[in-house]
Amino acid sequence: MSIFNYFRTKRAPAASATTAKERLQVIVAHQRGQRNQPDYLPRMQQEILEVIRKYVPVDQEDVQVQVDDSDNCSVLELNVTLPG
Amino acid sequence: MAKIIVVTSGKGGVGKTTSSAAIGTGLAQRGHSTIIIDFDVGLRNLDLIMGCERRVVYDFVNVINEEATLNQAMIKDKRTDNLYILPASQTRDKDALTEESVAKVLEELKERFEYIICDSPAGIEKGAQMALLFADEAIVVTNPEVSSVRDSDRILGILQSKSLRAREGQEPVKEHLLITRYNPARVNAGEMLSVADVEDILAIPLLGVIPESQDVLKASNQGEPVILNSEAAAGQAYSDAVERLLGKAVEHRFVDEERPGFFKRLLGGRA
Repeated sequence: MSIFNYFRTKRAPAASATTAKERLQVIVAHQRGQRNQPDYLPRMQQEILEVIRKYVPVDQEDVQVQVDDSDNCSVLELNVTLPG
Repeated sequence: MAKIIVVTSGKGGVGKTTSSAAIGTGLAQRGHSTIIIDFDVGLRNLDLIMGCERRVVYDFVNVINEEATLNQAMIKDKRTDNLYILPASQTRDKDALTEESVAKVLEELKERFEYIICDSPAGIEKGAQMALLFADEAIVVTNPEVSSVRDSDRILGILQSKSLRAREGQEPVKEHLLITRYNPARVNAGEMLSVADVEDILAIPLLGVIPESQDVLKASNQGEPVILNSEAAAGQAYSDAVERLLGKAVEHRFVDEERPGFFKRLLGGRA
């Protein structure tokens, strides 16, 4: 900072750090959701999607695959939103 | 009982080697026998940061392959007592390290040292996983910047699933957050994630905040760990971090902006 900056009009600070934090919170939450998933899940989701597409036109995000671990069993949850 | 501490980050260039050198030196300064191992096979750099690059004869991979003994490969630090360095190999491929062979070397080191610092390579692949595999504690080095924070979260996931402690269902690896290249002025201007932001997202205990400082580059130019520069803010911040690692409660310094005096503001120049 020098004497020249002193006379410059002060702009409102662009709070880019806030944007950074919000973006990180979203991506980290997503990352953690996938952390405990088995490695085969993305591939399986893709194949399930292809099978469904043979019959109904659906998008990638219309198929949700999730594995929930409880004490001694895992539940594979498949949620498909069909076009109305 | 010897402690194995991995210094890791996921992302490259955030200050893993600088931090390994500083913290290892700090532990040795306080009378704890310490060895710092460079796990970055193929891209060794710890020797340069520690200023012993011309004394490397044998390396970690030579020891693994039983081409040299540990005593031949370990380099005794000339400045600090109780401190040794085990350099990485420069030429061989990453597959040189296997779980069994690394375990064997670490067992031998545990007999002789109180602290074993593992300087991890960047990434989340085999090299980084080998560095964290046997860890009791982990120092996750993070810059207040989106890609570094995200990668730190990834490496935390790997610590919690792929470390030996996780695999064998033992007490989990103790995690520490070390924020480096922190610039309080930019945080105040809303241009940089704050300590609280990063703590909030990663949710692990804070070991230290190292301010962005020209002294860090100066130290690496000279091959002297920055912690030896007790005048420098970065050196002092590392000393504080070492105290905390040893269990002392030390207040965080260098987290708030230092207001430059009137003349400094008038004449310009850098802190």
